[in-house]
Amino acid sequence: MSSSAASPSSPVLAVEGLCTHFFTHGGVVKAVDGVDLSVDAGEVLGLVGESGSGKSITGFSIIGLVDEPGRIVAGQIRYLGEPLVGASAQRLRQLRGREIAMIFQDPMMTLNPVLRVDTQMIEAIQAHERVSRAAARARAREVLAQVGIPAPDERLSAYPHQLSGGMRQRVAIAIALLNRPRLIIADEPTTALDVTIQAQILYEVQKLCRDTGTAMIWISHDLAVVSALATRIAVMYAGRVVESGPAADVIRHPAHPYTRGLIDSIPSRETHGQLLRQIPGMTPSLLHLPPGCAFHPRCGRADARCREAPGVTSAGPADAAPADVRRLRCWHPLEEVA
Amino acid sequence: MSADAVMDAAPAVAAGSDASLLELRGLSKRFEQPLDVAARLANLLGARQRPSVVHAVSDVDLAVRRGEVVGVVGESGCGKSTLGRMIAGVMPPSAGELRYQGRRVADMAPRERKAYALGVQMIFQNPMASLNPRMRVLDIVGEAPVVHGLVPAARKAEHVARLLEQVGLDPDYAQRYPHQFSGGQRQRIGIARALALRPQLIVCDEAVAALDVSIQAQVLNLFLALRRELDLTYLFVSHNLGVVGHVSDRVVIMYLGRIVEEAPTDVVFRGPQHPYTRALLAELPTLDARRRDYRPIQGELPSPLAPPPGCAFHPRCPHAMPRCQVEAPLLRQRGPGHRSACHLDDTP
Repeated sequence: MSSSAASPSSPVLAVEGLCTHFFTHGGVVKAVDGVDLSVDAGEVLGLVGESGSGKSITGFSIIGLVDEPGRIVAGQIRYLGEPLVGASAQRLRQLRGREIAMIFQDPMMTLNPVLRVDTQMIEAIQAHERVSRAAARARAREVLAQVGIPAPDERLSAYPHQLSGGMRQRVAIAIALLNRPRLIIADEPTTALDVTIQAQILYEVQKLCRDTGTAMIWISHDLAVVSALATRIAVMYAGRVVESGPAADVIRHPAHPYTRGLIDSIPSRETHGQLLRQIPGMTPSLLHLPPGCAFHPRCGRADARCREAPGVTSAGPADAAPADVRRLRCWHPLEEVA
Repeated sequence: MSADAVMDAAPAVAAGSDASLLELRGLSKRFEQPLDVAARLANLLGARQRPSVVHAVSDVDLAVRRGEVVGVVGESGCGKSTLGRMIAGVMPPSAGELRYQGRRVADMAPRERKAYALGVQMIFQNPMASLNPRMRVLDIVGEAPVVHGLVPAARKAEHVARLLEQVGLDPDYAQRYPHQFSGGQRQRIGIARALALRPQLIVCDEAVAALDVSIQAQVLNLFLALRRELDLTYLFVSHNLGVVGHVSDRVVIMYLGRIVEEAPTDVVFRGPQHPYTRALLAELPTLDARRRDYRPIQGELPSPLAPPPGCAFHPRCPHAMPRCQVEAPLLRQRGPGHRSACHLDDTP
């Protein structure tokens, strides 16, 4: 564990004005364009958006995994107050896997197919700590049991291909937990899994954040999964966070027309026999974003003013904790968030 | 919209009624992994190695009435896609019979068989993999109706333009290639291709699973609009209970190759009988503003190579009894249009 220099009230992670752009032959792709986020200890932040909204690139930027031609061009990322943009590669290596861990959508991306599970797990521990192989193996076993893997001793000596998809994702999660990170970035970790397996993993994750105070960013396109898991939600569209706030609040009283549209688009038993209220059009190409609010060509409330980019408005009681504040980027919000 | 019109689609009819557009009786599909050379040699020397057999679909009885939307739900490996493929005629069944418009497909004369092959069309999950990247939309959509003589070659462009319009695409797109479209548009091309043969029944195999939520809503709306317009029947295969609950009149739940429960959508969601259906519904993430605690069912789908004896669900079932380990429950009628396969239903 690192020294907790930061005061208990300061967030584990604070992202301010993050811009990650990709300089391609076709032009500059503004994948992330001015994102503000913060996550407290023990909190699950749900980062929701459709493909191309920049949610995954936000995650990759935080952990320093943006490759050429992508670059963080502006903004700051602070982990317990320490700036990560511009930090040395060595420092990032120290943090990655130890303080900040990432879980990917496809566990085969995390796991090396030619190494046994125990080899990979022991390596991950010994990369950050001087411990004996036996002690590292014991910890690996303990963490496997913690994420609900039956017969952890047998799984330790298995190869990834011998495990089912759900088991592999659990192993990937166990590896993320090995060094007891303060922050986990989970990028669509349950998207490829069946409902019953997804429920098992959500259960483990919920327990983990509650018990250990780990902060988590849960990136997903599925508002339903996020609404049940997250304490706070941030909705992204075309590289920007268009709305954020406490999960229940955002789901019950969405203020941004895009959030409303997303919620209305979810089919369920209740919508049977009706047409879904769909959002017209499709997500714009990040190379040719519409001017101003990127959502305005699809928005029913848009007018001439929307051709200018709306600023961020905050709302909530004056004495509200930072976590309870609603933030919004819209000229014509659906409800007065107050 | 005319919600009532859709909701009122007549109550379920018992299997085998005359109104069935499609009827399955004891339909099964086995996949055999033949023995390799070493195993065959060993067998010559007296070893008794058997080829491994996967029962992808076992003994499925199902009737689909004209104009109905039947949802088939289950986890990966439950056989739902194999079932869809057998119905679409992409894959021959290993046992059992398939009846289309009351006639056994196996006994059909070539002419009837063609009517069946054209009348049942399929829409696939991944539109990029199911559209030929080197063909223009004009040919992707227009080739089959011309080949089968539904449309003279001279009127192909006109036919395609009308279909594209029907699925909400600009008819000018006909000269483009699939890579020039977004995922939602490609799926619309796949739908236009299926519609081009004027089908009666469309098998949608995870047709919206790869799409973003906002695009998924558009495509689902398109499915419902087309159904009303063209009087289509759908077999909607999906792992997503939300999607199935939205589109289907009747839901079939599969587990490890067998139907475990079948009922009108309302009944499945309000009063599910089978413990597996209940578990699936409990674990369906819903837009519930409350944070909730997940209490998952344990374990995973067993390997279809070695299914558990008795009821295949018993190792994961919270209500398993000794009887479940030895005796497979039969799919029995529990109410009007409601069938379920569980020993619990027999105990008062």
